[in-house]
Amino acid sequence: MNSYDAIVIGAGHNGLTNAAFLAKAGLKVVVLEKNDYIGGAAVSRELHKDWIYSNCSYVCSLLRPEIFQALDLARHGLQVTPYGGSVTFMRNGDYLGSYWDHEVAHREMARHSRHDADAYQRFAAETMRQTRFIRDFLLRTPPDPTSFRYRDIKELLAIGRRVLEMDEEAIYDTLRFWTMSIGDYLDEFFECDVIKASLAGSGIIGTALGPYSPGSAYVLLHHYMGEVDGNIGAWGFARGGMGGVSNAIASALQAFGGEIRKEAEVQQIIVRNGKAAGVALASGEEVSAPIVVSNLDVRRTFLNVMDEKDLDSRFLERVRNFHIRGSSGKLNIALDGLPTFPALPKGSSLMHSDMHFIDSLERIERAYDDWKNKTWSRDPYVDMLIPTLTDPTMAPPGKHFMSCFVQYCPPELDTGEWTDQDRDAFGKTVIDQISEYSPDFKDLILHVEIRTPRELEQEIGLTEGNIFQGELTMDQLMFNRPIPGFAQYRAPVKGLYMCSSSTHPGGGVMAAPGANAAREILADLKRPNTVPENFGDD
Amino acid sequence: MSVAGKPVSERVLRTAFYSRTSEANLLNKWHSWRGYTTADAYYDASIEYFACRNATGVFDLCPMTKYRITGPDALAYLDRLVTRDMTRIKPGRVAYAVWCNDAGKVIDDGTIFHLSQGEYRLCAYGRHLAWLLAATLGFDVSVEEETDEIAALAVQGPTSCAILKDMGLDGIENLKPFGLTHFDHGQLMVSRTGFTGDLGYELWVERRFAENLWDRLFEAGRLRGIRAMGGDALDMARIEAGFLQAEVDFLPADQVVRPGRARSPYELGLGWLVDLEKANFNGRRALAREKAEGSSVWQMVKLVIEGNKPADASYIYAGTRKQVGFVTSAMWSPVAKQNIALATVKAPYGNNESNLHAEIYYQRELHWSRVMARCEVVDKPFWDPPRRRATPPADY
Amino acid sequence: MQARRIIVIGAGHNGLTCAAYLARGGYDVVVVEASDHVGGAADTREFADGFRVSGCAHYVYQLNQQVVQELGLQQHGLEYSARDLSTIALSPGEQRVTIGPGGLSGPVTERDRSGHQEFTRLTERFAGLLSRYLNQAPPRLANGTRKDRLTLARLGWDIRRLGRDDMRELLRVGAINIYDVLNEFFDSDLVKGAISLDAVLGTHMGPRSPNSVLTYLYRLAGNGVPRPGALALPRGGMGGIAAALERAARAAGVEIRSGTAVGRITVSHDRVSGVELTDGERLEAGLVVSSADPRTTVLSLLGARHCETGFVRRIHNLRCRGNAAKLHLALDGPPDFPGVGAPDLRHRLIFAPDMDYAERAFNPAKYGEYSTEPVMEIALPSMSDPSLAPEGKHVLSAIVQYAPYQLKAGWDDGQKQAFLDVALATLATVAPGIRDQIVAGELLTPADIEARYRISGGHWHHGELSLDQFMFVRPVPGATQYALPVDGLFLCGAGAHPGGGITGTPGRIAAQVIVEGGAA
Repeated sequence: MNSYDAIVIGAGHNGLTNAAFLAKAGLKVVVLEKNDYIGGAAVSRELHKDWIYSNCSYVCSLLRPEIFQALDLARHGLQVTPYGGSVTFMRNGDYLGSYWDHEVAHREMARHSRHDADAYQRFAAETMRQTRFIRDFLLRTPPDPTSFRYRDIKELLAIGRRVLEMDEEAIYDTLRFWTMSIGDYLDEFFECDVIKASLAGSGIIGTALGPYSPGSAYVLLHHYMGEVDGNIGAWGFARGGMGGVSNAIASALQAFGGEIRKEAEVQQIIVRNGKAAGVALASGEEVSAPIVVSNLDVRRTFLNVMDEKDLDSRFLERVRNFHIRGSSGKLNIALDGLPTFPALPKGSSLMHSDMHFIDSLERIERAYDDWKNKTWSRDPYVDMLIPTLTDPTMAPPGKHFMSCFVQYCPPELDTGEWTDQDRDAFGKTVIDQISEYSPDFKDLILHVEIRTPRELEQEIGLTEGNIFQGELTMDQLMFNRPIPGFAQYRAPVKGLYMCSSSTHPGGGVMAAPGANAAREILADLKRPNTVPENFGDD
Repeated sequence: MSVAGKPVSERVLRTAFYSRTSEANLLNKWHSWRGYTTADAYYDASIEYFACRNATGVFDLCPMTKYRITGPDALAYLDRLVTRDMTRIKPGRVAYAVWCNDAGKVIDDGTIFHLSQGEYRLCAYGRHLAWLLAATLGFDVSVEEETDEIAALAVQGPTSCAILKDMGLDGIENLKPFGLTHFDHGQLMVSRTGFTGDLGYELWVERRFAENLWDRLFEAGRLRGIRAMGGDALDMARIEAGFLQAEVDFLPADQVVRPGRARSPYELGLGWLVDLEKANFNGRRALAREKAEGSSVWQMVKLVIEGNKPADASYIYAGTRKQVGFVTSAMWSPVAKQNIALATVKAPYGNNESNLHAEIYYQRELHWSRVMARCEVVDKPFWDPPRRRATPPADY
Repeated sequence: MQARRIIVIGAGHNGLTCAAYLARGGYDVVVVEASDHVGGAADTREFADGFRVSGCAHYVYQLNQQVVQELGLQQHGLEYSARDLSTIALSPGEQRVTIGPGGLSGPVTERDRSGHQEFTRLTERFAGLLSRYLNQAPPRLANGTRKDRLTLARLGWDIRRLGRDDMRELLRVGAINIYDVLNEFFDSDLVKGAISLDAVLGTHMGPRSPNSVLTYLYRLAGNGVPRPGALALPRGGMGGIAAALERAARAAGVEIRSGTAVGRITVSHDRVSGVELTDGERLEAGLVVSSADPRTTVLSLLGARHCETGFVRRIHNLRCRGNAAKLHLALDGPPDFPGVGAPDLRHRLIFAPDMDYAERAFNPAKYGEYSTEPVMEIALPSMSDPSLAPEGKHVLSAIVQYAPYQLKAGWDDGQKQAFLDVALATLATVAPGIRDQIVAGELLTPADIEARYRISGGHWHHGELSLDQFMFVRPVPGATQYALPVDGLFLCGAGAHPGGGITGTPGRIAAQVIVEGGAA
């Protein structure tokens, strides 16, 4: 039986979330996945014997707690454990630790600059104000500012009210925050290079912006707006790796009667009489449904699996101009033991935290210049973690897994396409940088998996390896995401919807795009809504 | 700053008196105050409290944030920083002051010690170096933090003057309230200040002299009932005195996130600290407007509440239905024998015409009860003995 | 106290404009100017015997036509030696593309031509909308007056009136970079390079910096001569505009005292009382209007103690890092730019052969280093105005980017010489024989511009023109409607809304605010 109420293309976490809420509403849903595993970029795999790890997205904060609760993910096996802090190693042999406890964090910052340690209090308050502002909009569909429909005007007014609730100064600060570079923003608070560098990371991760590119302050917010159990801005590990997220959502979906088909690559979305009618698989099989939801990014959705004649040329032009820029790479490393970092105090809790090896904004900006020049950063921003210290079940006892997220890494090199030699040279750059701060690290390496944008795109279909399925710049946020006029999850073809991270509110394993899309679909079908609202926070 | 192998961030901080306070702390009751190990109570909070009301209590206030402010523009700088007229504070005098942000909301309160011409110490609960340095723009002044370098003890209670005299501080009895003086060739600074609303002094030395100071003090005070006093007792004393505690009764304006959560001096009942006639200062324009328009949104009130159930975290009602505020600090006052509280209420309800009530929940053997208790708004501190101001103080 | 008396600090073009309007509004106005001539950065200077150039800005393309008409600048002698100039984009080879009134000419594709039409239509439409709001005081976003709220409502309405497609396009491109947008419209590297340079001239931005669409629109939103974006050269150089403004101001009754610098603004009971000159003389006035940049005005002239710490911190944080150096060359004959015919040398020449080149030129500026391969905007004003050079000889005036104000190595003579060499070498790639024609020359770095024109950071906008320092938040919250926190003190220079360039607009709006407010 090949006919469903709805087809979701791609079993990434957003596709699964979308399907789960549709199934919860009683729809007969199937998720079609090209790979022989589910999860997309939120996946745990065994790529070295006995090492199971998140090989793409690697930490969890943004996953909306409302969705966690509504899909009962805990019962379906998801457990998120917070981890604290970060450390930035400095070229002078020192380091800056960032601790979850704000008293210890203050003391550590004061070791580098007493001024900055105190300035951080105001920085924390101001960024929290922005965070509170944006969090309200994560589980809401952006209004269309060009529309005169009641719901759009109502939603616009709601935004206006949220803005006007602030003090006048705070409104101006908000306006500035949304348009500034993280570098300029930090310069207004801090004087110490390493403190600025340690805070700037969140402003550039996953984006093709440098710390001095206006707009990067918002990206910081994108990494601050998550939470673990109400601790806003906290990050955690999904037990068993990020695949735990996808598996739990999949389990919820199946509990609601939904179906998942692996190794079912969609070749074409079938449009009949201007309406979505189903999909054709690579195997030649056709699956029919009046609702088709694509969890592919917008470029893939409209350029790869659709017939151009089903879309108007202006829309296609916009799709082509949608910016999905590969800017990151990844190294997944299996280790024979725990590497030492002589700069850290013995037994420091900082071993459990994110580690970075770049100590000034200038070095990060120069890393970005390399990307603009189409080379990987010679002195990259690496976000390194050893998750097995928190979740020892992911590797054999005493062995460890190290995850290195690398910014910046271009989708294409000045010499042309990536080659295997380039990939290995890229990996060596990262390993060398870490080795500068950990002399025994290289000798402990058992296995390295290097992911450039090329691998990320080939394996899990992230165009250019972009982790957000589309840049988080002002032209692609809120009502502009993914494409102005199409920010409400509906594609220009009736019955066709988008639910990937290309849509509002963007990427980062939030599951909000999938949930928001489900709410719109159910509204169109005049079915009761199953998607939760914001918990709210006065 | 990496000492003994571990950086300061991964070590426990000790105050300069830790060797003495740890010996004294029979209860092993501590809390972390800005990372420093400080006593909640040493043997019994209420005995310690009565020490400061009846004899002398000694409180370790090392973790208070201290800044040294020096330079040709130090006076002009401070005068622009705080709402008070600092030109009236001569060398040898201390001023309690608040400082505000541009919008006239209080960032913190603290004491400013005029050590000598062009030289000041600012002592506050919160940490404000970033703001204090931002305020130096345009002034020839230097601001340096000296929190860890300067050790301080509060010596509070009716016998405190006598003890200090016995310690050899000749002429201490002539020190007026909010005066300061030096002993031991300048190594020891004594100010007649405190957070208890009683007769009392604060002693300030460089860290290296701290333990010696403690020992001398306790030796001198042996016959006059000196006792170490922890944070719990001090908190009781300060509520009775009607003193506000930053981060409890109000929040630093530069750290609030939600709109409307910061307070102006008027809203905190500290309007007497605001001098709109002096030269320009931070927040003056906003405060002048607030005063002229009567646009204060909140009032901080001292309440005497009927009955004996402490009104911690109570809602305050005008009448018994209209919720107009909440209690920020509350206790049963042993010395005044009153049920007292500091509360924030919406203007203009902070008066007795509003017929205020506190909604009090209290627990007896796991069962909770609720009472609506009548509140009386009082102007004066709950405890304000004449000895607090007498110079010389009576020789107990 | 002379209540109707206003002192305007600085006889730059905005100071003069403001003074003229105020005098016409019935005030008794004195302009105090530190240098011995008027015009500020709108000046003509003789940098070598008989060779004169515009010392700072050299083209007119944003001059507010209301200022021209209302002050009668033409009657007061404003003349152009050239109008409606085209732009010629140069490449290191001999490839040239002309961007002119008729569109593109040169080696471009059909997509370039149609793209140019659509790009021009769209950007002129957006700039047109913007220009209305650049020509009035920006409304406050909260706690504003009824007028503020009406202006905001009208802004919203005007944006809606663009129609759905254009409105969406505006909301999409408004905050992003010119690099991405130009790639959507054009193929030609030369065209993209030249247009992108317009977006980043005078700023601390490269084509890939988000906000560079905004700066492009800003440029376009001024009144070009004779149409948006079209360039003109004032006769006698930029000093010609200053001279016309000076005459207009004097005709309105303004007194101008040049050669006397203001040492400080005097305050009494939180109200300005006048100014004190550096020689100690005190001038009393009910109002003081400063055309100096906000930093100079607040931190140097007023003094931080008269303002609140948060406000001072905002002023201190105002970004005004100048990046544009000015190159002036005296040439013993007409230069030869291969590929550009002699009659075309009167047009504006751009050297920014592609956007990546321009972006690479910008990179070093981020680290306090100058470009080793800079971009240039080149003018040969004596081609249109022979009075600027001895007969048969010529002057070249070029803006050379990027030369950061805060050069890490410091702008000593060695660094200046090195950057001059870089500029000349770059120039030689498009005009190979030019070095042999140079009889004299000078290079003004932003540090020189700061010293000469008393502009903090040598930034020609008196504060970076980016969204976080634009419109509702320009120059900083708390001073967006020209009035500073001290009563009776106003800004009227490029640091105020809408920004820099030879516009006269900040001066005009500041005067309107003062007159309408009935201040004093």
